[in-house]
Amino acid sequence: MQVRRFIPLLGFGLLSVLLFRGLSLDPTALPAARLGQPFPEFAKPELQSGEAIGVADLSQRPALVNVWATWCYSCRVEHPYLLELASAGVPIYGLNYKDDAVKARAWLTQLGDPYALNIVDVEGSLGLDLGVYGAPETYVIDRDGKIVHRHVGILDSRVFHADFGAWFSSVVEGTVPLAQRGSVAK
Amino acid sequence: MIPELGHISLIIAFGLAIGLTAIPFWGSLRGHVAAMNLAPSLAVGVLVFTAIAFALLAASFLQDDFSVAVVAANSNSLLPPLFKFSALWGNHEGSLLLWVLILAGWMTAVACLSRGLPLAMIARVLSVMGLIAVGFLAFSLLTSNPFERLLPNTPLDGSDLNPLLQDPGLIIHPPLLYMGYVGLSVPFAFAIAALVGGRLDASWARWSRPWTNVAWGFLTLGIMLGSWWAYYELGWGGWWFWDPVENASFMPWLMGTALVHSLAVTEKRGVFRSWTVLLAIFAFSLSLLGTFLVRSGVLTSVHAFAADPERGLFILVFLALVVGGSLLLYALRAPTVASRVGYAVISRESLLMVNNLVFTVAATTVLLGTLFPLVMDALSLGKYSVGPPYFNAVFVPLMALLMPFMTVGPISRWRQDAPRRWLQELLGPAIAVVVLAPILSALMFDFNVWVALAVLLAGWVAVGVLRDLWHRLTAGRSGALQWRRLSPSFVGMTLAHLGFAAVVLGAVVVTQHSEERDLRMAEGDSAELGGFRFELTRIGQQPGANYIADQAFFVVTEGDNAIATLVPEKRRYLASGQVMTEAAIDAGLLRDLYIALGEPVGEGAWAVRLQYKPMVRWLWVGSFLIGFGALVTALDRRYRVQLASRQEPEPAGQGFEFAG
Amino acid sequence: MTERRAVSVRKGCGRLSLTFCGWMLAAAAHAVIETYEFSSPALEVRYHALSQELRCPKCQNQNIADSNAPIARDLRVVLVEQLEAGQSDEQILAFMVARYGEFVRYRPTVDRNTALLWWAPVILIGAGVFALGFHFMGRVRASPSTLTATEAAQLKKLIEENAP
Repeated sequence: MQVRRFIPLLGFGLLSVLLFRGLSLDPTALPAARLGQPFPEFAKPELQSGEAIGVADLSQRPALVNVWATWCYSCRVEHPYLLELASAGVPIYGLNYKDDAVKARAWLTQLGDPYALNIVDVEGSLGLDLGVYGAPETYVIDRDGKIVHRHVGILDSRVFHADFGAWFSSVVEGTVPLAQRGSVAK
Repeated sequence: MIPELGHISLIIAFGLAIGLTAIPFWGSLRGHVAAMNLAPSLAVGVLVFTAIAFALLAASFLQDDFSVAVVAANSNSLLPPLFKFSALWGNHEGSLLLWVLILAGWMTAVACLSRGLPLAMIARVLSVMGLIAVGFLAFSLLTSNPFERLLPNTPLDGSDLNPLLQDPGLIIHPPLLYMGYVGLSVPFAFAIAALVGGRLDASWARWSRPWTNVAWGFLTLGIMLGSWWAYYELGWGGWWFWDPVENASFMPWLMGTALVHSLAVTEKRGVFRSWTVLLAIFAFSLSLLGTFLVRSGVLTSVHAFAADPERGLFILVFLALVVGGSLLLYALRAPTVASRVGYAVISRESLLMVNNLVFTVAATTVLLGTLFPLVMDALSLGKYSVGPPYFNAVFVPLMALLMPFMTVGPISRWRQDAPRRWLQELLGPAIAVVVLAPILSALMFDFNVWVALAVLLAGWVAVGVLRDLWHRLTAGRSGALQWRRLSPSFVGMTLAHLGFAAVVLGAVVVTQHSEERDLRMAEGDSAELGGFRFELTRIGQQPGANYIADQAFFVVTEGDNAIATLVPEKRRYLASGQVMTEAAIDAGLLRDLYIALGEPVGEGAWAVRLQYKPMVRWLWVGSFLIGFGALVTALDRRYRVQLASRQEPEPAGQGFEFAG
Repeated sequence: MTERRAVSVRKGCGRLSLTFCGWMLAAAAHAVIETYEFSSPALEVRYHALSQELRCPKCQNQNIADSNAPIARDLRVVLVEQLEAGQSDEQILAFMVARYGEFVRYRPTVDRNTALLWWAPVILIGAGVFALGFHFMGRVRASPSTLTATEAAQLKKLIEENAP
């Protein structure tokens, strides 16, 4: 028996471990490239007021930046949960992404407006600077204005409790009651 | 009722496969002749019941039985009958059934054509194949039952076959590819049987060699068809994308190429034995790994089946048992005594080593490139993409490294040769090719150093092969050409090597000299490309069987000659609402003209892509020659000796055609 | 106009791909053909090369040249703008990587993490050549053209044992 005859078996063993690990990884998940960096500079109109706004208009406390559009079906699904979060005191900024401003205002009038401010990004250039590749996406910016987390897809109470607790502990731990908590979560 | 009968057949096939795995193998260890003799009948039994299941599923598709889940998900009442049939394997569950059916077919072929072999050997080979059948039948029955019903909520109509798969190329591509994939289980089973029996000798190599060549030939043809289909159906004019799923079929092919050559050495000279066994295990392992990659969702691919980690886990466990078990057996049982038969550094053996080295490194590199994103992700080192630029950068030099040796190999002698003799034989061809290559490449197109290099290397291979052919034809004393003296082995190799040269030439020329223009065109507009004039004469609409097509009529002229009318289409499929580009191609041996229709861009104009693709056909003609050559080698007389020695004589010539 | 397009294509690419996985995803269904006007042919060549080296962040394993996803379209527009603005290939790639990560490069950069990937073929060929060289050297030393006395004895013994 020669030791080197076991080399292929050893190699295959390593490969199997890798493949097993692979089963629990999501190959499509893409971490945000901007994590840890300041929110990109921008000069865009605000949706309701029409005033020009920039990074300086974002608050000095942890907040969400929610990328949404009226053409995005999933955004409609997550909208009620955003309203809940807003009523619980979470500051949410909207990034109205590649949308029609008239339709967007109508949507907010009809469904309610959870957003403290809404950045109008018609051509999607701010989205591009952020690394947005679809809607909905939700970013967390911390008190220093740095991007610290990104969630791709529908934001619901399960996701929020699992991934957003570090920045919104008061909401997650229930010190601030959420109206109809979890009504949107499955 | 029909689906239930199909399900029962599949369960019976599963039971028979278990019997096939256990009984003859036990018999071979105990020397129990009756138990061993059961193997061929059990193999046929597995085939019969898998075939019944397959036929019943086909019946469900043809009868539009939308209570069957796979039919509802992949067919539609408007679908033409031929596509209803091929829709059977356009999905995970059905294609798995096809996989098992083909495996059972190979088992039966081995059972019928190998009666001259020692009984214990044949019993073990069939048992190993039976074990693989058990694994895949269990996979099908437990995780991917094709006969699952949607009761009582039966949909009124099916959601249709993906329009991309509604194409004749896709009717034969998967079966051919699976013939190759699954066929590699035969040399694998022979290798395992030989390891168990401790009989790794030249006769073992001789038995498994024709099977390997045939399986590898089918794999070549399957890959060729896939590439051709992608070319005309996807509308991009690309022919190879280095997508993980393409790589999954390419890795066994590369390893199989090494195996085909290594088996030649083991058969003729009795050396490289443990290496050849290892290659046989690797080749089939890569084909199993491919199945895992395609069906587990571990990698993203445009071709992948629905991702399902549970299915992935099942295949992974099976993969670990089969491959891990084989490699353990190899570690314990492979011959440790170096082959006694010597050969010199300058010999045919060492040239075939170069082949083996290049192809194993190529397969390993493709494997590494394919799995690299997964490795980095698993180690939390970030998300990476490894795509065509990487694979081209590493693969092209490897092939270029191989080609100079390809000419020397076939003319060199076993055991020992002399460089002086090589020089005598090849100096003439070398000078001819070096002089002609730049001239030829400059004459055909504008001079380009890569094309000149490709002409040089491909020319070197072709000249060497043709010169050898000429030598053999004129070897006799009389002046007549000795066609009858050529053995099928030699003819097959000649075809395959010429085909390889053609593929290389085609690949480099089409990459370097393709021209492409994306234009906005309305009726009456015309454009120039590659010396051709394309005039858009008319735009119209035409309903098809299950779609509506926008059509653009192009008249192509070269100088004053109208050479073709091309009608690219944009189809909207009624059931799914999907839109698909149907490119129009004027094919030729030296160039293809390719038109794809984009979207309307206003004022009656459409976005149009015109492409000029020189020598793109050489890719598929060349690959066809490789695959066909491999099939031809199996007709060699020396493999039929084993048939002739069987108890009942078989009419000559029938031999391995059945295996095809 | 933009948003209507975005909706229809989005359907093709996102959700459907999960439910409709045959051999090919719905997203691959139709070719992307756009008619950009470039100020010079050299830019057009670079555009084609770069758009084929950038991976679409949204769709399954497609480059941005072939993908119908809205984001791929946006990235193509940005690519054209940057080329026309005189940016170098490196600058454009850096711009994309800053926003979408190393993931967007189909040609991974050569750095510490990817060194093994890029050098693997060379290392493997080198190891193979080394092993073959070792194999032949060992052979030359161990087996001169005639058998050693012990080997000859062994061979004789073997032949005798196996004789009928």
